[in-house]
Amino acid sequence: MSAPKTLFEKLWERHLVRPQTESTPAVLYIDLQLVHEVTSAQAFTELRNRGLKVRAPQRTIATMDHSTPTTPGGFKAMPVLDQSAQSRKAQLDQLAKNCEEFGIPLLALGDKRQGIVHVIGPELGLTQPGMTVVCGDSHTSTHGAFGALAFGIGTSQVAHVLASQCLLQTRPKTLEVRVDGTLRAGVSAKDVILAVCTRLGVGGATGHVIEYTGSVIRALSMEERMTVCNMSIEAGARAGMIAPDETTFEYLKGRPHAPKGAEWDAAVADWQTLRTDEGATYDQTIVIDGSALEPWITYGTNPGMGMSINQPVPDPDSLGDRSERDSAVKALKYMGLTAGKKLAGTPVDVVFFGSCTNARISDLRDAAQVLRGRHVAPNVRVLVVPGSQQVKRQAEAEGLDVIFKEAGAEWREAGCSMCIAMNGDQLRPGQLAVSTSNRNFEGRQGSGGRTLLASPLTAAAAAVTGVITDPRTLLEVAV
Amino acid sequence: MTGTTADTQWKFNARYVVLPTENVDTDQIIPARFLTTTDRTGLGPSAFNDWRYLADGSPNPDFVLNRPESQGAEVLVAGHNFGCGSSREHAVWALAGAGFRAVVSSTFADIFRGNALGNGLLPIQVSPEVLAKLMSLHTPTSTVKVDLEASTLTLPDGETVSFPVPPFSKYCLLNGTDEMGFLLGTSDDAAKYEAAHRSSFSTLAAGAA
Repeated sequence: MSAPKTLFEKLWERHLVRPQTESTPAVLYIDLQLVHEVTSAQAFTELRNRGLKVRAPQRTIATMDHSTPTTPGGFKAMPVLDQSAQSRKAQLDQLAKNCEEFGIPLLALGDKRQGIVHVIGPELGLTQPGMTVVCGDSHTSTHGAFGALAFGIGTSQVAHVLASQCLLQTRPKTLEVRVDGTLRAGVSAKDVILAVCTRLGVGGATGHVIEYTGSVIRALSMEERMTVCNMSIEAGARAGMIAPDETTFEYLKGRPHAPKGAEWDAAVADWQTLRTDEGATYDQTIVIDGSALEPWITYGTNPGMGMSINQPVPDPDSLGDRSERDSAVKALKYMGLTAGKKLAGTPVDVVFFGSCTNARISDLRDAAQVLRGRHVAPNVRVLVVPGSQQVKRQAEAEGLDVIFKEAGAEWREAGCSMCIAMNGDQLRPGQLAVSTSNRNFEGRQGSGGRTLLASPLTAAAAAVTGVITDPRTLLEVAV
Repeated sequence: MTGTTADTQWKFNARYVVLPTENVDTDQIIPARFLTTTDRTGLGPSAFNDWRYLADGSPNPDFVLNRPESQGAEVLVAGHNFGCGSSREHAVWALAGAGFRAVVSSTFADIFRGNALGNGLLPIQVSPEVLAKLMSLHTPTSTVKVDLEASTLTLPDGETVSFPVPPFSKYCLLNGTDEMGFLLGTSDDAAKYEAAHRSSFSTLAAGAA
């Protein structure tokens, strides 16, 4: 009988082309690589310089998302392309050329399947349990929601995978994050992962792969699980994963690239073995009481600086060591927030619904639930940016676009948009935004802009009231 | 004391800059709007752009990299969890472009560390105590000595500490080889692996949709 194993250990061992030795890292086989315009050009150049081909183009798929326009008509509708737009367009054109030259399928702007890499992989059924998935993007951890080992890599590694379909990796440690209990009404997957990031801190899971377990995680839909796994990197984790179950299989069945017929049955039988065995041990475990969680919001300049929405902003003097206090003081100064004061009631300038964290159909339904029959507060700009063209069409079929537009929000084309602020969608200096995205770093959403990370429900509550608001007060549920 | 032998690429004395900030994320090292480049070079002037320059584009006199004594410094000493956030390798290219050969911190984010090693920017991890000492010993002329082969860092007061380097990364850097060459050498093993593990997903190339 073999020793009990964690889900991570099973995935790791399954993909060993060569095991780790004292002098060399493991050679890990990569089942799927996702490619986008921003982190791939230099990798293709390297292949060209070395005279290399892409080893497995059929295990590679490219799309355009990070710097794409989200305004109707895209570049074509712009009367003049400024210097920034010209360089973005040149980078997108370069991706198209590279995909053509190296035989990689590209879901370009205009394709009905285009969208954020971490939204389209799952929705096309490309992301499947048991796989290794990589992308030159740290939020690749999203795909771990399917019981895959999925992680972000640098551009040199993008080149490695293109050329060899393998990666050199040293084996990480394992961290179980168990979320017990049942979430209360108005508390969502985003609140769970923000609370996890607060508990672990922005670097707390460095060197580890997280497996999320517990009754709260089991009860989440696939889209909610993706939200949780997506932000694993915000605690420093190499990857985050959730063992596949009926919820996973139900989501995947019938998707364009999912197995069919007898192959489906065989795949499910295999996927059912992908769970941590009884008696297997993690290097570390933390437990969070999901029943006690409230809507969560960040107040600082990294995703680990968060709190329950009804708490006062922590006093830096109450924090551990001096360097931690200095960081908190610096963060509060940047954010223009006062220690000891509650965030609720603080006026906001912008609300952003979007990103690979929270731009799937269920997120837009959450936002619409609050915005329906209400209007965006005066002087607040609200952007709704669907995660993919497919999400956009689904939302329009459900009439969500009408709800958003009637409420006074902007309904945009799919892309990363204001999460990374490369495409012209950005905060102005000093603006305060509530955002459903994943990073509140200084200037992340535009130079000098200030970001509070929250769930789509909390963001929607801020959109209609114009101030930070506990969404449960608008949903008529218990606070 | 130091400098008795000529500096080499992987054994050198250098002045250092102290950036006492914790959790320096890669968005600060190189803001996203500079990522439209398709080259690895040219990012040095934009390193730490939003800390380094004022809104009118002039250098921010309060930022450490802009001080006269920081010019020519080749080692960056920064607070813990350096390089967190985005996977952008541009952060490493920007630091190297700004003239840095090594970054010293008490912890590094995983992806940044890998990117740095792959580009020969040494991520030198020391204990929090050594980091604090290095920061407190800093003067405009003080130097550290970096020795990759010995995997040691010598502080301005002569104390020498060792730092961890994955053996394979050390081998690659010292021998001027890289991971790509090694991976291409495993091609036969990859082919055996592929033969034994059939793909469960129908691919785009094979034409679903």
